[in-house]
Amino acid sequence: MCGIVGIYLKNKKLEKSLGRFLSGMLKNMSSRGPDSAGFAIYKEEKKYKYKYSICLNKMNFLTFKKQFTKVIKKAKIEQISDHVIIKTNEKPEKILKIINEKLKDISLVGYGKSIEIFKQVGNPEKVVKKFNLEKLEGSHGIGHTRMATESAITTDGSHPYSTGEDECLVHNGSLSNHNNLRRELRKKGSKFNSENDTEVAAGYISNSLKNKNTLKDTLLSGLKDLDGFYTFITGTRKGFAIVRDEIACKPAVIAETNDYVAIASEFQAMAHLPNVNNAKIFEPDPGIVYTWGN
Amino acid sequence: MNLDLKKLKLREVNQKLQNIGSKQNQRSFTVINPEGNHAICAGLKDEIDVTIKGHTGYFCAGMNQNAFVTITGNVGTGVAENMMSGKVHVKGNASQSAGATAHGGLLIIDGDASSRCGISMKGVDIVVKGSVGHMCAFMAQAGNILICGDAGEALGDSIYETEIYVKGKVKSLGADCIEKKLERKHEMVIENLLKNSGIKKFKPSDFKRYGSARKLYNFKIDNLSNY
Repeated sequence: MCGIVGIYLKNKKLEKSLGRFLSGMLKNMSSRGPDSAGFAIYKEEKKYKYKYSICLNKMNFLTFKKQFTKVIKKAKIEQISDHVIIKTNEKPEKILKIINEKLKDISLVGYGKSIEIFKQVGNPEKVVKKFNLEKLEGSHGIGHTRMATESAITTDGSHPYSTGEDECLVHNGSLSNHNNLRRELRKKGSKFNSENDTEVAAGYISNSLKNKNTLKDTLLSGLKDLDGFYTFITGTRKGFAIVRDEIACKPAVIAETNDYVAIASEFQAMAHLPNVNNAKIFEPDPGIVYTWGN
Repeated sequence: MNLDLKKLKLREVNQKLQNIGSKQNQRSFTVINPEGNHAICAGLKDEIDVTIKGHTGYFCAGMNQNAFVTITGNVGTGVAENMMSGKVHVKGNASQSAGATAHGGLLIIDGDASSRCGISMKGVDIVVKGSVGHMCAFMAQAGNILICGDAGEALGDSIYETEIYVKGKVKSLGADCIEKKLERKHEMVIENLLKNSGIKKFKPSDFKRYGSARKLYNFKIDNLSNY
């Protein structure tokens, strides 16, 4: 099953409430995905060039901090539950190399100029509380509640998946050709950390964007290359996009007002949003890419 | 009588509405704050009027018998699924599988219905004032469906004996669905549907009729290669 949600704020005055809106949406989608939850919040970083979202797994925070600051001196390191947000001017190539070589026990869940990603196993209500999502601010965010089907209930198997700078993807559905596609993408240099189908779709999108295709064209070509059923919400630095496969078994509903655009698997996810009963409410048509902010 | 889903549990509201009986004088109810919850007003069986103010989730007014249910907003998947009799009126849009497997009664959708509207319908009458998405009336067996707007891809795919009437454009017809002649008896059916759903601006001859070519569901040895 799984529940997916997204909210993009048109009115900047609401940015302080983004976390509150998104956490309500995730809580309301607990029934569709009680196994794990995750979310990405986009907030432009002004002081540093990059932000890195890290899941410590079983590593102790102080041990991590000690090891990390040995190699990177100038960084702001903040712990939130079992995640760490590192803000620094160091470029991704360098940080990725350090993590791959010296900090193999931790997982980098996302990085970019604006994105912060948090994900964990457990009931969505508990997960959003642990990460204190209600207090987070930002311009847009997407989230996922997971009912595991084709791979195990682990943090690695939780969404959102990020396979490129400021990119992330949440998915309701399942893909049938992900093993083959993973092999093909690995040959092209993509790296995958799990056996999960959505991670392959995220890698597919990153690979296409790297080749200078637009997000819209990327998702349209995905309709041909990704075999299965899905509703995708994909986040970028500036906004997000939604697409459903052409059979459209997987639900999605959009509510748009002058202040925001909200997307969710079911209307009940957004019943708490301001003025939602007067919003323009519609279902995205199958095989059509809808984008905001991109 | 107002029933507030913010104060009462869904099960309390449904159980109350499912057990009105024939003797009680109070026969008109309003459900407020539906907030997209599922299965609101499922399984009603008495002659009562219920108005749901707002948007509902899945299976709203499912399995309905005798009751008249009006929803002022949009409905999620499977509104009036398996309805037996009575009337369900959606003032907004309907999500996929509206009226799925319904045996009887009347389902009116003022807005659009998305994919698979009337899937496997078994005798219900469905009126959609807007357009329908893909695979409308998929495997439909009996009843009538009247569409005032357009129909999406694969209309009436693998259809049995449902009559489909469309005023607008049909993107494509599904397997074994063909356009058929609109005869007087069909016009009378359309007239009735228009009247019962309060539509005055169209006349029966505005609609085209579609139905089964009857080549797929009757086994014929000549068609063996098609199966």
